Amino acid sequence: MAYSFPEEVLEHVFSFIHSDKDRNAVSLVCKSWYEIERWCRRRIFVGNCYAVSPRIVIRRFPEVRSVSLKGKPHFADFNLVPEGWGGYVYPWISAMAEAYPWLEELRLKRMVVTDEALELISRSFKNFSALVLSSCEGFTTDGLAAIAANCRNLKELDLRECDVDDRSGNWLSHFPESCTSLVSLSFSCLEGEVSFSALERLVSRCTNLRALRLNHSVPLDKLPNLLRRAPQLVDLGMGAYTAELRPELYSRLGNAFAGCKGLKSLSGFWDVVPSYLPATYSVCAGITFLNLSYATIQSPDLIKLIRQCRNLQRLWVLDYIEDSGLNALAASCKDLEELRVFPSDPFGQEANVSLTEQGLVSVSEGCPKLQSVLYFCRQMTNAALFTIARNRPNMTRFRLCIIEPRTPDYLTLQPLDAGFGAIVEHCKDLRRLSLSGLLTDLVFEYIGTHAQKLEMLSVAFAGESDLGLHHVLSGCKSLRKLEIRDCPFGDKALFVNASKLETMRSLWMSSCSVSFGACKLLGQKMPRLNVEVIDERAPPDLRPESEPIERLYVYRTIAGPRLDMPGFVWTMGDEKSATEFS
Amino acid sequence: MESKVTCENDLNFKATELRLGLPGTDDSEKHTPPSVRSNKRALSHETTEDSRSKSNSGTSDFGDDEKEAPPAAKAQVVGWPPIRSYRKNCFQPKKTEPESAGIYVKVSMDGAPYLRKIDLKGYKGYPQLLKALEIMFKLTIGQYSEREGYNGSDYAPTYEDKDGDWMLVGDVPWEMFISSCKRLRIMKGSEARGLGSYV
Repeated sequence: MAYSFPEEVLEHVFSFIHSDKDRNAVSLVCKSWYEIERWCRRRIFVGNCYAVSPRIVIRRFPEVRSVSLKGKPHFADFNLVPEGWGGYVYPWISAMAEAYPWLEELRLKRMVVTDEALELISRSFKNFSALVLSSCEGFTTDGLAAIAANCRNLKELDLRECDVDDRSGNWLSHFPESCTSLVSLSFSCLEGEVSFSALERLVSRCTNLRALRLNHSVPLDKLPNLLRRAPQLVDLGMGAYTAELRPELYSRLGNAFAGCKGLKSLSGFWDVVPSYLPATYSVCAGITFLNLSYATIQSPDLIKLIRQCRNLQRLWVLDYIEDSGLNALAASCKDLEELRVFPSDPFGQEANVSLTEQGLVSVSEGCPKLQSVLYFCRQMTNAALFTIARNRPNMTRFRLCIIEPRTPDYLTLQPLDAGFGAIVEHCKDLRRLSLSGLLTDLVFEYIGTHAQKLEMLSVAFAGESDLGLHHVLSGCKSLRKLEIRDCPFGDKALFVNASKLETMRSLWMSSCSVSFGACKLLGQKMPRLNVEVIDERAPPDLRPESEPIERLYVYRTIAGPRLDMPGFVWTMGDEKSATEFS
Repeated sequence: MESKVTCENDLNFKATELRLGLPGTDDSEKHTPPSVRSNKRALSHETTEDSRSKSNSGTSDFGDDEKEAPPAAKAQVVGWPPIRSYRKNCFQPKKTEPESAGIYVKVSMDGAPYLRKIDLKGYKGYPQLLKALEIMFKLTIGQYSEREGYNGSDYAPTYEDKDGDWMLVGDVPWEMFISSCKRLRIMKGSEARGLGSYV
């Protein structure tokens, strides 16, 4: 019989299958494969913590070692999600503390993490080895101290862009002298000081340390000692890169860098003093990721540094680089895959630097491997977008932010529909797109028609009618996340495409024209969606049903309406909510 | 694809399979203003003098409103441009912008359905703040006394501090207050009695 394959054999075969998609496919083959697979799945990724409950996850996958959770929607990064909305990790930790005593890794993004949660983690999981917190908030350095003190086998502690209340309790000193296991330590987002001697001793004894990202409180003159103790570093985030000009410090720095022959990634560079930059030149040839997005230095100094980094693959930089710097980049860095240009003066009325669409066009011409772009600028043309699209059909992520909303093509004064249309038509593997500038419903027709691999779309101040939203929802086959703000999209497109929403992770709409009545109806008709109305003005039922709500967040879920909502969030269609309004 | 587009230019819902129209509605467009005009000052649209963005017919609705708006300094939009807050602090801003120009806290009042937002930096001290709250919510708060709080008045102003505790406004020095206040709540007098320092 074909079915008499022993379970152990199947399990062994499954152990070579790592991607979630493949594992999910395996589990659908038959009941016995489902059973075997669920007992041997070790990694879980939950893209929306409210799409499922801890209990459901634990019931299906009893032997998990690594969990990734994401909480708030992406627009929370820009303060569009009010504080207190949700995304609390504690219920997950508390459930996993009982169910997964052998948990090793926890990766959280945009979640509210408290010191209690961190303390519980540090006490509950004996083999805990990796904690990665991205864009999280709600905890203090006391919680970090608990992790440092209690996790005996900690390999990775990464804080990325978190909002941490720095209590300056010397959290770093809580790593016991016996701790030698660290491979990655990243605290660049912390505000306060750490004990330099504790840091040096920690770095000395952790001989497997590959990644070290300091915060800006670590002064430049501490860096040579740290580097000499960790010549095996691959990823370095420097602290403040500023000091008075002292030849002795410069040469110590230069020698220390020269000793780090494996360095591939450089970041930090706060308060950069250009004269100290050449100290890094000895490692630049090996650098593949350079994050200069805090370096307020001018284009000529940037160009000198970039020219040294011939093997650069990813560059994050401020718009001080200007078109001239991007031309130099295009000429020097032929392996470039990702470029992010951030605005140095985002709220200024006029351009303070000479960075235009030309810079991006140059890079698209000169860098054949360029596939991921985030570009803030103040002017754009359809012609430039055509050129970029034709140059780079291999583009997979394209995020353009023209700083002034609804800016047209500055040469023709036309909307940028055609330009973005060219992007989606030529870049057939485009997975992520952010639009800006003056856009009509036409751009959405292009997107709905051509962007068949598009998974995430961000829209702001664009479109003219529900037709725009309808084109996207009815056309983009692979769409998972759609976030919209300040667009004239409303009820009709949502009703017609309600079932599409069950095939997506989530939809966010704020300052659009979605009525409260429509939300109620959507919530009632679609029980497998949570239709959240987020409105800080007043309970929406105190206003006419046709009045637009502030924010709508719709996501598919098998966990039903959540129970931790604050006073300004209502789940539509929920029996409980319904009776509250009656 | 072509025919799909042309037939749906009209968005004829009767032809679609899933019909969730609101009872009694037909296909005629109930055209609510394209963007929400809310009470919140922070969400007000830019009042730009720049004629470029008004030139296109697609934005005529916005154009009409913008003509009426005062031509003075631009109102800034929340969350735009889309950059993270920590990036805003990393360089010398040449101009101030809403999120860092002041200390904005929400103010709620028991019984009122609407929240308000005020900038604590706009007040020199407690008397000015309390006066402003009285005007904003049309009530009397009365005098603060260290011993009895706001006894004798219908309402007492309270605030949530950094530790999450609810405190009576006025107990700590002004500078300490504005640096630790996360939000304000005007409580009914009876409820607030437990908060004030008492014998």
